[in-house]
Amino acid sequence: MDFVSILSIFVMACFVGYYVVWSVTPALHTPLMAVTNAISSVIIVGALVASAEAGSAAAKYLGLLAVVFASVNIFGGFAVTERMLAMYKKKERK
Amino acid sequence: MHEAVASVPPFVALAYLVAGVLFILALRGLSSPATSRTGNRFGMAGMAIAVATTLYTHDIANLPEIIGAIAIGGVIGFITARKIAMTDMPQLVAAFHSLVGLAAVLVGAAAYLNPGAFGILDAATQQIHNASRIELGLGVAIGAITFSGSVIAFLKLNGNMSGKPILLPARHAINLGTLAAILGLIAWYFVLPAPTLTAPWLFWVVIGLSFAIGFLLIIPIGGADMPVVVSMLNSYSGWAAAAMGFTLGNSAMIITGALVGSSGAILSYIMCKAMNRSFISVIAGGFGADAGPAGAGGAVVDRPYKRGSAEDAAFLMKQADSVIIVPGYGMAVSQAQHALREMGDLLKKEGVSVKYAIHPVAGRMPGHMNVLLAEANVPYDEVFELEDINGEFGQADVAFVIGANDVTNPAAKTDKTSPIYGMPILDVANAKSVLFVKRSMGGAGYAGVDNDVFYMDNTMMLLADAKKMVEEIVKGLAH
Repeated sequence: MDFVSILSIFVMACFVGYYVVWSVTPALHTPLMAVTNAISSVIIVGALVASAEAGSAAAKYLGLLAVVFASVNIFGGFAVTERMLAMYKKKERK
Repeated sequence: MHEAVASVPPFVALAYLVAGVLFILALRGLSSPATSRTGNRFGMAGMAIAVATTLYTHDIANLPEIIGAIAIGGVIGFITARKIAMTDMPQLVAAFHSLVGLAAVLVGAAAYLNPGAFGILDAATQQIHNASRIELGLGVAIGAITFSGSVIAFLKLNGNMSGKPILLPARHAINLGTLAAILGLIAWYFVLPAPTLTAPWLFWVVIGLSFAIGFLLIIPIGGADMPVVVSMLNSYSGWAAAAMGFTLGNSAMIITGALVGSSGAILSYIMCKAMNRSFISVIAGGFGADAGPAGAGGAVVDRPYKRGSAEDAAFLMKQADSVIIVPGYGMAVSQAQHALREMGDLLKKEGVSVKYAIHPVAGRMPGHMNVLLAEANVPYDEVFELEDINGEFGQADVAFVIGANDVTNPAAKTDKTSPIYGMPILDVANAKSVLFVKRSMGGAGYAGVDNDVFYMDNTMMLLADAKKMVEEIVKGLAH
């Protein structure tokens, strides 16, 4: 993709982010941080590219290391978010 | 290999776009606890699509190794997420931020060493494209700052390092100089005709300096400002991912980076506003270095206050029609949330209306107190944010303050010399009576200021460990 179309995606996503995040209820700000943490580990895509391609052994191992770190975050981030969200309960009405 | 990357079939770009949209829906779901879990599933699906697409579109020379790496990381992450105590959530988030930062640095370094794999090699010169150099340079710099900054934030939150700000002499000059050097080197790297030949050290120096500046930026920031720091690092981790997304031309990474970046920035803004501090003054650091004005400190000792017992508190609350509980970080430290919920339940049985009032900076990170109360099974519709409940203190019979201090201090409204002046507070003083659970009369809050609420006629001080006091009150209510 050329730079301008990438940039347009980025700018649009910033606006979407702005409005979506303001609509998040303050009670869920901690899960918000946990889940943003998990999704920012989409950087694993870059790590996978580095570790999948032959060409540089050093790059491959750096990539694999990055895959480990990003995976900690992905699994940990989603799991801890899930755990927190499961705790939020409404008042039981009899 | 880079030709293959350049000519990806359209469905690949589409798949990354779908992943990006699913991430947006994941955040969208958090607008209400009812939809939040579905949102989280969307996030997981998005991640699965992104990973599967990447693996599918590359000739993978070493799939077992990659799967092994994912499994190792996955198991560590999963177990940590299961075991972590909710009170330690800020540390965990800081640790996770540091990993995103480090992963960004590693990916950047790998791209630098093997640019062909990332499709950023200029075919004519056999050098990395100039535009990619900027993205790469910014990506590793932000990643490195996120990493070292988060490590310091983790150490401070986890208590391995004092929460007190560490102030180096001439730190502003050092920091600005380092930042200028990083930007200067990235610019130089950008214009350099043949970086790998003439100055291979340049890239690594950028990384090294960025690690240093992340460290230097966070050490002068005090414990009270940690909610802002954690939010800010959240934002950085997003921008780092976005920069890497530019390098790879990957829409999922760019969308996610922008989402996370804005999210962290908005949370920082909310936290700053809740403390009436400007973002710049938080970044400059040093808050809480001295223990407030000496005059106020001297006057603390002699002022008369009323001390009450758990029985008194139980009696008072039993007679009340409405009680508003104001929890603060002290409640979390003594793990009093379960006992507190029990107290709330007993009061409700007596026909007392019980509500919880949460100040935005009540915990160590945004929304922390809400999670702790949710963990103790407090229904979320009994928990209210500052602006929604502040007007109700006037009608409340009892304000029960536990482990909070600065967020109830009227000096924030009246005393222009106070370090917390201008901070929005919970108006507990308006309640008919105030029960203030505090360990002892010494040791004011983080800001180191005395609180006039302690000495009001309608305030009863309950001096004890928060958890013990609440358990005693529960006993008092039970009979």
